[in-house]
Amino acid sequence: MNRTPLYAVHRRAGAKMVDFAGWEMPVQYTGVIEEHQAVRRQAGLFDVSHMGEIEVRGPGALDFCQGISANDVARMSEFQAQYNLLLNERGGVVDDVIFYRLPADVFFICVNASNIDKDYSWIAEHAGAAVEVENVSAKYAQLALQGPAAATIIQPLTLADLGTMKPFHFAFADVGSVRCLVARTGYTGEDGFELYCNAADAAQLWSALLEAGAPAGLVPTGLGARDTLRLEKAYPLYGHELDDDTTPLEAGLEWVTKFSKPTFVGREALLKQKQEGVKRRLAGLELVGPGIARSGYELFKGGQSIGRVSSGTKSPSLGKSIALAYVVSAQAQLGNEIEVEIRGRRVQAKIVSLPFYRR
Amino acid sequence: MEFPEGLKYSKEHEWVLVEGNTATIGITEYAQEELGDIVYVELPEIAEKIVKDDPFGAVESVKAVSDVYAPVSGTVLEINDVLPDNPETINDDPYGDGWMIRVELTDKDDLKDLMDAEEYAEYVAQQKEDDDDEEEDDESEEDEEEEEKG
Repeated sequence: MNRTPLYAVHRRAGAKMVDFAGWEMPVQYTGVIEEHQAVRRQAGLFDVSHMGEIEVRGPGALDFCQGISANDVARMSEFQAQYNLLLNERGGVVDDVIFYRLPADVFFICVNASNIDKDYSWIAEHAGAAVEVENVSAKYAQLALQGPAAATIIQPLTLADLGTMKPFHFAFADVGSVRCLVARTGYTGEDGFELYCNAADAAQLWSALLEAGAPAGLVPTGLGARDTLRLEKAYPLYGHELDDDTTPLEAGLEWVTKFSKPTFVGREALLKQKQEGVKRRLAGLELVGPGIARSGYELFKGGQSIGRVSSGTKSPSLGKSIALAYVVSAQAQLGNEIEVEIRGRRVQAKIVSLPFYRR
Repeated sequence: MEFPEGLKYSKEHEWVLVEGNTATIGITEYAQEELGDIVYVELPEIAEKIVKDDPFGAVESVKAVSDVYAPVSGTVLEINDVLPDNPETINDDPYGDGWMIRVELTDKDDLKDLMDAEEYAEYVAQQKEDDDDEEEDDESEEDEEEEEKG
């Protein structure tokens, strides 16, 4: 099992550890609900060093990145970041990623832990002579400080002007005395920052942030809260809402897919799917009856199977049982009343608009 | 961690309080701690029959659902009405207000298979030790890898 540089720190803090994509990660420290509320109300600090990083460099880097991804990378200036998708020829999602545009023809791509090797092989296979591709995952740790108090907590530790840093922008700066890439990005729906640093500096950065943030209510937060936070915002999780056989048109990610670009891997397949019509769509569910809809549970309308749940939980912010599900397009309209089969019982649910939670 | 005297315990971490021919059933402090925040509880209906070692209900944390196994066979006399709206009561007071169901025992011999407080405390200690052993094994493996790299 893989471990992040902060493994011992988490154990000492009393975290409960679980296997996530082959990584032994903290799922909670004091409790998922308490940690979730801390991020919505003050701030939480996540160790997300299991995430991978791949660097693409060279004079052909921009053109190459345009060709292997769905979003329009050229719209980014240097020191900007962008949510993006790597697609296969069938239009299926190889991974959902963040591109960071560095100066001098360098792109830094943050990828899902479960896909590091797959992504690296896939990118390297497509690379020509004009680019160099390197899997730098082992070099870097990543901490995510998320919540309304995030900027106030980090600002005293850095000379970077966080007040003027817009969402999806980043800077290189010292935080405490640790050199970081500081990005105003996150996966919680709150304001916040993701900090990449050398793996060897992770423990120092972790304790500097926790110490600085404690008076403002900053607490360490685990993957349990990360999952409920992202689910309330309907952010997809690879392996649940996205996989190699699911297209961005099905997943509600057409906004990421820029058909205005003349070519990118998967473009033809997606255009064809768009013309023929998308047969299933990601939809939001709210349970009307009792219970929690879990991943894989089947959906019914009038006795007919119409889809499956991809992720579900009891929303700590809303107190409701919510789920994301793939539903046949003809049944995916808002307000549609359907049923979820929960452990042999059919429970009433309805299709609601996304995200579930708005700040 | 508490292991109240006078209760019987199952290997699946349920507790049983026997009073005459009735048994009150809940999950132990260890079980609720392993589950984390409990957000939903599924209980049987009154008059339903439960069968020893079969699931009679479920408790769900934010992350996962777990079956609750019947430590004894019986007929449900009463369910804890507080739990559907306040499932966290199980976290707060697993041996008291967090009780789940009360049943009429089918066969008092079922109780023979259950542990007393002392035996259960040892059983839990053993389970924790097993967890720790796994972790130590992991660490030695990691050390070996480090050496190979060096």
